[in-house]
Amino acid sequence: MSTTYRRHHPRWHRERTPIFWWLGRFAYTRFIARELTSLAVAWVALLVVVEVAALGRGPAAWERLHALLRTPPAVALHALVLGVLLFHSLTWLHLAPKAVVVRLGGRRLPDGAVLAGHYAAWAAASLGLLWVLS
Amino acid sequence: MTSARRRSPEPFLWLLFSSGGMLAALLMPALAWRLWLAPGLGLAEPLAFERAAALLSSPLARLGVALVVALALFHWAHRFRFTLYDGLQLSHLWGLIATVCYGGAAIGSAAAAWALLALP
Repeated sequence: MSTTYRRHHPRWHRERTPIFWWLGRFAYTRFIARELTSLAVAWVALLVVVEVAALGRGPAAWERLHALLRTPPAVALHALVLGVLLFHSLTWLHLAPKAVVVRLGGRRLPDGAVLAGHYAAWAAASLGLLWVLS
Repeated sequence: MTSARRRSPEPFLWLLFSSGGMLAALLMPALAWRLWLAPGLGLAEPLAFERAAALLSSPLARLGVALVVALALFHWAHRFRFTLYDGLQLSHLWGLIATVCYGGAAIGSAAAAWALLALP
């Protein structure tokens, strides 16, 4: 349906939402920042593919990639990426008690317990990964 | 009104989003620290080629890496799609955005599978 004005038809009244509507309030900005953490997640996934490809091409390609990743711009980028990933982890785990309802003996496990369980899983997964890659 | 409703792919896409988000939350900070930031800051030795090759010599490890990469990419696709819809007011481009996001994730997953299968 056309939204232009026509005779005998009430004029449409729609406020246009500005593109940067989410900059006005901290909660909105934080929401968009949380959604944009997915960019850091995609970056890590793609860089893992690049690592695997370099591994397949042999030691020289592997060393070249890692020399590139040790340059200051790459290190600065990954400091930012790690910060964004931590923001993803924290916001994700804090949503978990709202998404996961655990019933134990007919009663719902309190949010704090569900959150603590997720933090424990995070710690175990992180330590396990650091140990495997040591 | 028919009783047979079309099945929507959204629950399945949400499942990919959700499992990818959980894997990323649990694994990626430690991974980014160990592989890239700590060696870059001189706080850890870079992962040796031989060590990485040994770790990825088992089919199970390769499958695990492929799974994490694919789910992380579909997590991105789903979340970024709705960020573009809502954040930038682009809901009129929903078809194009969905194609680019999920298509990109599928291409990235295929690249991961290809790179893992090409390992000696």
